[in-house]
Amino acid sequence: MTPVAVRLAGWGFRHATRRAWAVRDVDLTVAPGERVLLTGASGAGKSTLLRALAGLLDPEAGDPTGELTVDGAVPDRRRQRVGMVFQDPDSQLVMTRAGDDVAFGLENTGTPPALIWPAVDAALDAVGFDLGRDRATAALSGGQKQRLVLAGALASRPGLLLLDEPTAQLDPDGAAQVRTAVLRAVDARDATLVVVDHDVESWLPLVDRVVELLPGGGTVEHGRDWRPAPPRLPVRQQHSPGEQLLAAEAAGYTHRGSDSPGLLPTDVVLRAGRTLAVTGPNGTGKSTLALLLAGLRAPTTGRVTAGAALTAGLRRPERPPHRWRAGELVQRIGTVFQQPEHQFLTGRVRDELALGAGDTARAGELMERLGLAALAEANPFTLSGGQQRRLSVATALATDPRVLVLDEPTFGQDRETWAELVALLAEQQDGDRALCLVTHDAGVVTALADDVLALGSTVPA
Amino acid sequence: MSLPLALGPARPVPLSAVNPVAQLTAIVVVTAVLLVSGDLVTSAVLVAAELALLPAAGLTRPGDVLRRTWPLLVSALGVAWVNVAFGSLSGAEAWASGATWALRVVALSLPGILLVASTDPVRLADALTLHWRVSTRFAYGALAAMRLVPLLAAEFETIRLARRARGVDAGADPVAHARLLVSTSFALLVGAIRRGTRLATAMDARGFDSGTARTNARGSQLRPLDAAFVVGAVLVCVAAVTTSVLTGQWDPALG
Amino acid sequence: MAEKAVRSTDAAPGTPTWRTVDIVVTAVLGVAFGVLFWLWSLLYTAAGPAFAGFPPSQAVMYGVWLVAAVVAPLIVRKPGAAVFAELIGATVEALLGSHFGSTVILYGLLQGLAAELGFAAFRYRRFGWLQALLAAALAGLAAALLDFHFYYPDWTGGWKTVYLALVVTSTVLVAGIGGTALTRALRASGALSSFAADRTRV
Repeated sequence: MTPVAVRLAGWGFRHATRRAWAVRDVDLTVAPGERVLLTGASGAGKSTLLRALAGLLDPEAGDPTGELTVDGAVPDRRRQRVGMVFQDPDSQLVMTRAGDDVAFGLENTGTPPALIWPAVDAALDAVGFDLGRDRATAALSGGQKQRLVLAGALASRPGLLLLDEPTAQLDPDGAAQVRTAVLRAVDARDATLVVVDHDVESWLPLVDRVVELLPGGGTVEHGRDWRPAPPRLPVRQQHSPGEQLLAAEAAGYTHRGSDSPGLLPTDVVLRAGRTLAVTGPNGTGKSTLALLLAGLRAPTTGRVTAGAALTAGLRRPERPPHRWRAGELVQRIGTVFQQPEHQFLTGRVRDELALGAGDTARAGELMERLGLAALAEANPFTLSGGQQRRLSVATALATDPRVLVLDEPTFGQDRETWAELVALLAEQQDGDRALCLVTHDAGVVTALADDVLALGSTVPA
Repeated sequence: MSLPLALGPARPVPLSAVNPVAQLTAIVVVTAVLLVSGDLVTSAVLVAAELALLPAAGLTRPGDVLRRTWPLLVSALGVAWVNVAFGSLSGAEAWASGATWALRVVALSLPGILLVASTDPVRLADALTLHWRVSTRFAYGALAAMRLVPLLAAEFETIRLARRARGVDAGADPVAHARLLVSTSFALLVGAIRRGTRLATAMDARGFDSGTARTNARGSQLRPLDAAFVVGAVLVCVAAVTTSVLTGQWDPALG
Repeated sequence: MAEKAVRSTDAAPGTPTWRTVDIVVTAVLGVAFGVLFWLWSLLYTAAGPAFAGFPPSQAVMYGVWLVAAVVAPLIVRKPGAAVFAELIGATVEALLGSHFGSTVILYGLLQGLAAELGFAAFRYRRFGWLQALLAAALAGLAAALLDFHFYYPDWTGGWKTVYLALVVTSTVLVAGIGGTALTRALRASGALSSFAADRTRV
């Protein structure tokens, strides 16, 4: 394979459903074999630009302007020279076995069957996937799946490799695996690389330069030694530990039909005024622990108990949280799920908040404080990732619960929305409330946690 | 309970050696026979033959069999119950009618379960496109959609929990239960369409819409075993109908 | 900025060729409705006794089985969408195990074809209320005729007339009106941004 050049001159694109331009005034030249990191705030049009390079923008979907060439021709005519990887591995795998999935692209382009398997093996080798062609794709971890997707993109030996936030949905270990695989794949400089990612620090060692896409149009070039400004962290207010609100005593969970426990027996105490971060690699049952503490699942061993301050006013205070009525639960324990859209119940942001708050005044105040007021009439499902996350936190706050449980609250956020969210959560750390954060985001732990639980041991942060 | 649509590469079981299109042909034959027969004996013989194939499809442990067949059993018991409790017949005749219907449901549905249990859906798509000239675009497009089913099953549970976390549960009110189910299903459908859209883009990124004639790396062979399987299915059907006629039970029915 | 609710136009045909996203999303709809069809079949059986006094009246429950035949064409706007979606839905129902057995696949095929006529009559150029209701009515008609053939050959003309009328009413209400409403709700959620149904600039 020979690397290809990319050239954009005054390029822009406007989606058919929007009046505003998604991207505009982009001038960019990438030399063959060069490695470029494309960054910029959410909504700056990075993904649109990458899809355009791959020739994947549906002509029905909007109007382009300016000039864009890949290897000297319009991208439509260079589709076979381009490989692309998107964020979510589960939305990219087609076949049921690893080898078949890597072969999928080769079959599509009419590669003779005799040439396919050697190419598949070479691609699997290039990404360090050593589990064999017959491994079921459903049984892989996120990092393994994403490396398989990368192998699928590399199998046809592209001259241009495009990666759209390929590690955004992975845990730190999986993300590192994927970056290592990318480095191996482009090490010989026989493919040009364009990566879109918010996680600038992690990619900097792998790229030659950084191009920042500006939301209003245009670009800024940065060299290899450029570092993004560190996010401004909120000033943490220490609260002395208050009364015990919620406790897990040797609480464990085994999924039905499973032989091994999803969560080993764990002790947790949540106190008013304290924030506990639960960390650890995937598969240790962090999210399961969050569900137990949130009163959404019953532990299969041990128990979860609520303190007197939390059970006050309950009809049956002796019952554990998972047996409370939903209406009682939501007044006491607020939960924010990993995927915000799972939690939306109505067709309007305003209704979404009024549902929990009960009175419209508090709903209005929350919208104002969280910068959602301008979106009051919008459908929650159509919001951007950062807006959806703020709304899901707002819905949990609407009932003013004493305990707040958050599962990967910073998942999929860019630098700006990350900082906003951390600031928002810091505001909730008052003396009355207990927070429990399940996260692999070390930045969040540093910014917010009083205590850290890494698999069964609680140590002060 | 989970729906038995969990698609994955079936562990190679003896029945996997039979080409999917041969299995489909056998299903068509059996279905056609059951459509014109309305008696207990024909269904019983066919069910016996189908049950004999369960081990070949890797379904030997009762738990595995139940996991695959529970929807079918619910259907069969429902039909039998309606016939016994509310049919025009009474006493032993009602029970016989109920059993006939239930067995017929089982006989009609088990072949599909054998197919799913023994066949990697990719091999099914390969066979359909190579032997029956089904459009590759539609066959692999449908395959991609089917692959999302297990993901959606997991998502359904998450959405249900998320509703409770928002203070919504139905308690004992059946109307509230129905509304909750509708709103949960809608959220799931929105998620499924979004995921399907992303998947389609990823497939196009790998040239699925290239317009080039697609090749197939795995191929799909028709061998003497496949012909033997279809002939076997025909013979079992002949035996079933013959037994039914000889025992005086034959009762041609439509439906 | 968030998208405002997007107004759609009824007359925004896509190109007649199927894009990958059309195929995959139609198949996803088929799978989703297949599970619904299966649940509804269970419910239909269980509810049978309630209609024992006058069996043709159970036809009021019919509409749910034809929703896919209306929703899929309204969303993807391609010739064949109704057939493809109903066929996949029926296959999923059959694989789950239905007391209607593999005949559901034949039903799915013919109901889908009948629904196609409702959109074909307008040469696949308009996808509004009228087309949705017509498609639903035609699919209901096809289903009722199939039932007469397979299940109720002995019924009197009177019963058949009532049954036919109820099936068509049910499909028009549930599949036609309900299907259009569902499509609108999906559009409002922004999930249909890749389709011609959702191409009005805001």
